Amino acid sequence: MMPLLAVRDLTVTFAAAAAAAAGPVRVVDGISLDVMPGEVVGLVGESGSGKSVTLRALLRLLHAAHIGGRVLWKGRDVLAMPDHELREMRGKGMAAVFQEPTAALNPVLPIGLQIEESLSAHTTLNAAARRRRAIELLGEVGITDASRRLGAYPHELSGGQRQRAMIAIALAAGPEILLADEPTTALDVTIQDQILALLLRLVADRGMGLLLVTHDLGVVAETCDRMVVLYAGRVAEAGSVADVFHQPRHAYTDALLRSMPGEGTARTRLAPIPGQPPSLGRPPDACAFVPRCGYTNPLCTEHRPPLIEVEPGRASACTAWNRLPARVPS
Amino acid sequence: MTAALLEIDHLSKRFPLRRSTLDALRGRPRPMLQAVHDVSLSIARGEAVGIVGESGCGKSTLARCLVRLHEPDSGRIAYNGADVLALAGDQRRAFNRSVQMVFQDPYGSLHPRQTVDRILAEPLAIHGVPDAETRIERALDEVGLGTGFRFRYPHQLSGGQRQRIAIARALILEPQILLLDEPTSALDASVQAEVLNLLDALRCRRGLTFVMVSHDLAVVTHLCERLMVMQRGQTVEFLSAPDLAAHRVTNAYTLSLMHASSGFKRAAEPGHLEPLS
Ligand SMILES: Nc1ncnc2c1ncn2[C@@H]1O[C@H](COP(=O)(O)OP(=O)(O)OP(=O)(O)O)[C@@H](O)[C@H]1O
Ligand SMILES: Nc1ncnc2c1ncn2[C@@H]1O[C@H](COP(=O)(O)OP(=O)(O)OP(=O)(O)O)[C@@H](O)[C@H]1O
Ligand code: SF4
Ligand SMILES: [Mg+2]
Ligand SMILES: [Mg+2]
Repeated sequence: MMPLLAVRDLTVTFAAAAAAAAGPVRVVDGISLDVMPGEVVGLVGESGSGKSVTLRALLRLLHAAHIGGRVLWKGRDVLAMPDHELREMRGKGMAAVFQEPTAALNPVLPIGLQIEESLSAHTTLNAAARRRRAIELLGEVGITDASRRLGAYPHELSGGQRQRAMIAIALAAGPEILLADEPTTALDVTIQDQILALLLRLVADRGMGLLLVTHDLGVVAETCDRMVVLYAGRVAEAGSVADVFHQPRHAYTDALLRSMPGEGTARTRLAPIPGQPPSLGRPPDACAFVPRCGYTNPLCTEHRPPLIEVEPGRASACTAWNRLPARVPS
Repeated sequence: MTAALLEIDHLSKRFPLRRSTLDALRGRPRPMLQAVHDVSLSIARGEAVGIVGESGCGKSTLARCLVRLHEPDSGRIAYNGADVLALAGDQRRAFNRSVQMVFQDPYGSLHPRQTVDRILAEPLAIHGVPDAETRIERALDEVGLGTGFRFRYPHQLSGGQRQRIAIARALILEPQILLLDEPTSALDASVQAEVLNLLDALRCRRGLTFVMVSHDLAVVTHLCERLMVMQRGQTVEFLSAPDLAAHRVTNAYTLSLMHASSGFKRAAEPGHLEPLS
């Protein structure tokens, strides 16, 4: 089966981000991943590791950036696509839910109209059917009283309602693959469950591919088939969710899994990963995690450890991949 | 009983909803949405109170009323005994400095054409606070962003980096009360842990008072010893963190929130795949 989305050695380089920065910064540095029809792939990694930039690059929505590598959507090269094909692909082929709804929604259009716009661009429904469908979509994302909220402008919605309106707009196009950047961060668990169940239903029933960016490891555990862990713009490790959770193969993943807050542990100190991610200006020829890692050994600084297949279906860029403790399921 | 630092008394806020053109022509009254309905809450100095509740239940509206971004329709807010809604002039300025809010939506709350440096320097300038340089560096450091971020614009930051700038901006004035509206929602576990530890340390060191809105029960119970549960604009339950840990919960919504927090379960494995229509 051909992947819906195949990414090979994706790089994104920004011209100097600030007057003070020395030169161009490469914030995504050689990411590869596949999403099959009916598959949910989780993309996780520390704040600033390049998740959102990756998603935007896949849709060619980055300005002032140089994108390298290959992005194949159903075998077609997105980075080389002429503009009219790109417009056709966006929405119905590949739709996105962005991290910050306020930035993604049109502030001067009621949300009902924004959904209807998506419907008229990507479906053949007539005006009355579009309105019905818009109400139905808002209902599906849990906005009660949908028919009365169609006329609301984005600023008249709560944070979570805005996020759900954006999901409704993306789903209106009936995408074959959905790129979802933290789609449930503003939502309480009950509605989060409803949204995730809705997305998983589309995955199961229609074979939609889902690339889910989230920092919520609980969500990854419960919804994703495979996960890709990023660190400083590179893939640290990739594998099936069950495998990664039970036996991390990268020291960063190991540390990340340890920093999850547990329930009912009021006012105990949490264990963040000490230190800060590297500045991306001029990456050293070594593992980027060295300054923060408890497993460092001479191999880590000899040169940058490459991403290798350490077990079937399991890739890691850590020299200590076979020395990390297995985790007891809690 | 010690006097409360912040006292919210029967606060209500309604928003008008849009009418259809037809209803407007027929002269039907504008339907109203009761976003906050008769909420009372008293917060002592040094206390950390969490506000939880489903999306759209009025948490942000309540917080925005407290910093006077919305005028409530009725009710009173007292800060140190003074009527907040009647503050003017110097008193209002002092209030604005002592009560800082971190907004739910960092993107909308950071000026797009200001560098991080300007964003952090401005409140200091407005309130005539000296040592801007040192304070800015320290604030950036505290939220885990080095000084390398000083001359970036908000759009050149990641979501979590923007959220941390918003936190740094609120902290830089050393407020008495910090209102946090989903302050860690865009942060991964490790950075979230760092920020929560920072907030906890500030509370011990400076006796900072917190009101924290979050849909994440684990985060709220980590920082707060008391929570208020809201539903459709109203308070439905007050809980202590130990109550919650021991599952001593009476309200049905709180119960469902608690159960749902214990994990989303993926339904049956996907069966056969239909071709895309
Ligand atoms: N336009 C830009 N110019 C320069 N640097 C940028 C730009 N946009 C993003 N960056 C940097 O690229 C890195 C990756 O950003 P990205 O938004 O992809 O992070 P992320 O993994 O989505 O993080 P988060 O979890 O905080 O949202 C960050 O360090 C960010 O500061
Ligand atoms: N300016 C406005 N005009 C009209 N309605 C509004 C306005 N602001 C908020 N509302 C409505 O008031 C209700 C409460 O909104 P609020 O933002 O307080 O919710 P919330 O509890 O913060 O939710 P979330 O967790 O999703 O952020 C919502 O139904 C929202 O749509
Ligand atoms: S390669 Fe070395 S420094 Fe990098 S994560 Fe693995 S053990 Fe740590
Ligand atoms: Mg992001
Ligand atoms: Mg809110």
